[in-house]
Order: sequence, then C-alpha cells, then structure tokens
Amino acid sequence: MSLLRTLLLRREAGIAVMIVLFCLAVGIAKPQFLTLESLRIILLLTPLILIGAMGQMMVIVARHVDLSIGSMLGFSAMVTGMMFKFQPEIWWPLGFVVSIGIGAALGLLNGVLVTLFRLPAIIVTLGTLNLYRGLTYIVSNAKQIDRQYVPAALKSMSQTSPILGIPWIIFMSFGVALLTYWFVMHTRIGRQVYALGSNPVAAPLRGVAVNRVTLMVFTISGALSGLAGIMYASRWGFVNPSNTGSGFEFQVIAAVVIGGVSINGGVGTVLGTVLGVLLLGCVAAALPLLGIAGTTQSAIYGAVILIALLIDRTVRQQGIASLSTRSRA
Amino acid sequence: MSATNTLAPVSTREAAPPRPRWQTIVIRPETMTLVLLIVALFVASLLSPYFLDVGYILRSFALSGEFAMVALVLTMIIIAGEIDLSPAANMALSACLFAFAQQAGVPIPLAVLIGLGAGLVMGVINAVMVIGLQIPSIIVTIGTLTLYRGIAQVIAGDKSIRVPEYFIGIDKVMILGMPSTVFMFLVLSVVLALVLGTTIYGRQIYQIGTNEIAAKHAGIRSQRIKFILFLAMGLISSIAGILTASRLGSVRYDLGLGGELQMVLMAMLGGTYIFGGRGSILGTFLAAWLLVVVSTGMTVANISPAIQLTVLGILLIVAIIATNFIYSRTQR
Repeated sequence: MSLLRTLLLRREAGIAVMIVLFCLAVGIAKPQFLTLESLRIILLLTPLILIGAMGQMMVIVARHVDLSIGSMLGFSAMVTGMMFKFQPEIWWPLGFVVSIGIGAALGLLNGVLVTLFRLPAIIVTLGTLNLYRGLTYIVSNAKQIDRQYVPAALKSMSQTSPILGIPWIIFMSFGVALLTYWFVMHTRIGRQVYALGSNPVAAPLRGVAVNRVTLMVFTISGALSGLAGIMYASRWGFVNPSNTGSGFEFQVIAAVVIGGVSINGGVGTVLGTVLGVLLLGCVAAALPLLGIAGTTQSAIYGAVILIALLIDRTVRQQGIASLSTRSRA
Repeated sequence: MSATNTLAPVSTREAAPPRPRWQTIVIRPETMTLVLLIVALFVASLLSPYFLDVGYILRSFALSGEFAMVALVLTMIIIAGEIDLSPAANMALSACLFAFAQQAGVPIPLAVLIGLGAGLVMGVINAVMVIGLQIPSIIVTIGTLTLYRGIAQVIAGDKSIRVPEYFIGIDKVMILGMPSTVFMFLVLSVVLALVLGTTIYGRQIYQIGTNEIAAKHAGIRSQRIKFILFLAMGLISSIAGILTASRLGSVRYDLGLGGELQMVLMAMLGGTYIFGGRGSILGTFLAAWLLVVVSTGMTVANISPAIQLTVLGILLIVAIIATNFIYSRTQR
C-alpha cells in the first residue's frame, strides 16, 4: 500500500496513466495499434525529440527557455551535410564531432548573451532562432543536401539494428537520456542546475556559480541540438535549409512540459520527460491510424502544451494521489 | 530646534543632485531609435533616391502596417510586465475563419465579425491562462501560438482561400494621401499614446509593470487591466489579420508566419524595457518606421531574404542590449 502510494504520489504517475489510457483507447478503436510493429513506429518517431528534450529540460529547470534549438539543429546539420558533400572521403563519424561542436558553440553564444548582458532567454533565443536560420540559408546558399551526399553508413544507423529490430539511433537517444539522468542526479554541477532553478537568489549565496551553470545548460542544449542535427541527416537522409528542425522547439517544449517539468524552474525529472516524449510519440503514431490528417499535428501539439500546463497548475503539483485525498477531505 | 540644525546638512549631503534637464530629455531609448531612423533614411537614400519620396516610404509601410499596429498593443503588454507571442498566429486563425466563413456563403460584414470575435476569444484564452491560472505568459503564448496556427492549418489545409474581388486592396485605398493601413496605424498610435501617457489607466500599466505587488497594495486592479490588455491584443490581432487578408487577396494558414519576431523587434527597438515598467508608444512608433526603412532598404539593395532574417535577429539582440544599457545608466 505504502509503496503504491509513493508511486502514485510521484509526478510521473499521472503521465504514465495518460499513456496507458491513450493507448488503450486507440487500441479499442484500432486493435492493430497494440502491436510490436506500432511500438517500433512510436519509438522511431521519438529519438530527435528525446535528445532535444533532455537539453531543454535542463534549460527549463534552470528557469530559462531555449527557442532556438530547431535552428541550431538545422544549422549544425547543414554544416555537417556540406562537409560530407565537399569532402566525401572524410571519415564519417567525424560528422558527429562537427555537428555536436557547432551546436555547442551556438548554444554557448545563447548562454553568453543571457548571462553577460542579463537578458531574458526568451527574447535572446527568439532572436537567435531567426539569426541561426538565416545563417543556415547563407552557408548553404539555400540549397538542399541531397540523399546521395549523406554517407550510407550514417543513413544505415536509422535502419539497421543491433537487437530486436530497434535501430541504433533509438539506442543512442536512450543512452543520452541515461547519461542525462546520471548528470543531473549524481554530479555536483547537475544538482546545481536544480538549486539555481529552485531559488535563483539563494543559489549564489550557497556557492553556486550562477553564470557558469547557466552557460553550461545552454551549451548542453546546443550540443544536443547538434547531435539531433546529424541524427536528422541519418533518419531522413537529407538536410533542407528551411524544413530541417523548423518547429522542433514546439515539439520539444510540448514534450518537456507534458513530462512534468515545471516552467517555474527547479522541478523536473528525466523519467518524466522521457514519458512526455513517449506520449507525444504515441499521439503522432495514432493519428494516421485513426485517419486524422497530418495538418492537425501542430494544433494537437499546441493543445497538448496547454492541457499539460493546466494539469501542472491544478492536479500534478501534489501528485495524482492528491485527487483522492482532496475529494475525501 | 537643534535637531533640525543637525539634520539639515545630512540631508543635503545625501541627496543626489538632480540630473540636468537636457539629460533626462536626450538620454532615452527613443532618442536612440530616432537617431537610428535618421541614419537608416540617410543610408537608404544613398542606395536609392526613391527613399526621398514620401509616397514610396508610405507604400512600403503599408506592407508591414498590420504588424506595426499589433506592436503598439504589444508594447503596452510588455510595459505591464507580460508578453504575448501568439498575435501572428492569432492573425492567421482570424483571417482563416473570416475567409472560410465568407467562402461558405456568410455575408462579408458577418464574416468580418466572426473573425473579430475569434480574435477576442483567443485573447480571452490567453488572458484566462495567464491571469486566472497564473501561468507565465511566455509559456502560455508559446502554447497558444502553436495551437492557433495549428487550428488555422486544420481549417485551411494546404490550400489558399480567396476573398472576393471587391474586398481586396484596402491598402490601396488612400486616406489623406496615405494608404489606409498607414492612416489607421497613425490614429491608433495617437490614441494609445494618449491612453498610456495621459490617463490614470496608462500610469497604472506602468505601475503594474514596475512592481505588481506594490501596485496591488496601492489599490490598482492589476488583473482587470491585464485582462483588458490581452483582450485588446486579441482584437487588434484579428483586425490586423483581416487587413492582411484584404491586402494579399487570399488567405493561407501561414499568413504572418514569423511575425512575432517583427512585432517584438519593433517594441524592443523602440526602447520598451523587456522586464516591464518602461517604454513608450512613441518609441514603438519610431521603431516601426525604422524597421520598414531597414527592410525595404535591404530589399532595394538586393539583399536576399535569408540575410534579412539574420539581420533582424541581430537587430533584436542589439536592441535589447542597448535599451538595457541606457536604462541602467539613466535610472537607479
């Protein structure tokens, strides 16, 4: 009983229940939804969002927000793609280094603007969202990197799998999630992100180097966007200056907010964020099965963000068990 | 008696000398905007003699007059310490609803009312989430931005909806020698500047933005005022959306896409303080013209839209850095 109670009191319980209910509801309407094949489809929809969400989670926990991740993804994917195009003989795993490095540099610039000039992250990243997108057009000369330039080995990472037919990029994204879990739960600077977000006034008094932590979360967010960038090239096989990563920020913010990361900072777990990403993946996988047009996706993401905010505001702050206690009282 | 004697020198020593009057007038963000506007006009006129033609500038302004109108109300919202990123999406959804209704056979005046009503409802949704539920406006309007444009996409799909021939071209109608959108922008600027600068409500908006808790203790109904601001935002966005529909002649779900950057940029370039409590309609008014001259100038100079996007992004960051710097120097 007490174990069940602690489980239900956790913020993640609500979202897990939502996933189960949603899958059951869709499964009753369309039984083919509850198969291993659709699980594979759901998982294939998630890696990019999952990786972006890990960075965004840290940024939001530290009481900031990063709107520029989609453009950072696009820019680093584009530069990496151009490297493959003009230096075809290059050792392809170097693409990961380049893409992550460029993403980290762009993220660092966001962080510098936020810390050095004491500017609100929302406006800075709204500016860099457009700045980086413009730079992507400039470096690429508004031309797409076509399929034949992306190395076959890179593309096969999204198709071949070590076990169970689950492709490499899914393992990589869950690896990133595990690393993030270790980082925010078991390292000093990871805990400091939470300290900063819980109380930005008290944190420096307790010896948290606020600027360093802020710079770090933005750099990590950029680096993970860079990683998502090269995985985009692997998953879709092309890089387009206008499409690649556009709207990515809304999917990621939706996933993070559903995952129970509080926009007031200081609260949020890796497990919750992973569940949030999975719920988003379930919704995206269910839409075509239910015969709902792809044009509704954006509306659904928006509605999901708002509903998650409402739930965060009302129910989830005390966990799902509070519903029963409140009704009894 | 002796107490006043000992106190007097202390008070004179502690009081800072008043700032010279010319400084309080000259060192303001609006001055920066004005100087930039003059510089931009000068550079642009070197690029193309057309910029010395008032008619040309007015016609270029008509292309972004809708955003400029929304930016005026956005300025008031930012001064009150909130932000709204959803107006561009609101424009798209109201315009789509309007176009969809008239295509379904609803008479035009009623269709316009539907569009405006939808804008108001969207404003109410934002207001209820921000004021009623106390969720930060940044994240709420990111959500509603996605939602509103998403619904517009559901309604319009990938097609564009045409509006009837006689409804097209409101920007070509001239009032007092200027395109009607520019005229409306001028009128709205004057009205809002009077509201913000001379009425009690206007001063209360500044007080809410400076310190909301203190404002509440002073008896200011901050929730009511913010609610009205978000309503006004919804209404002006839908008006802007329908005006854009009339200018373009057809409506797609991506109408005004990315417009939130331009609106925020106009407010920031005009010296509105992002943390609230400072700013003016005059600043945003000047910044709107500045932005039009800059973007038209870049188009005349054959700079590609991609580079223009980059320039706008850089401008936004530079504008907030400069504004913060000026405020940190001139005020305690």
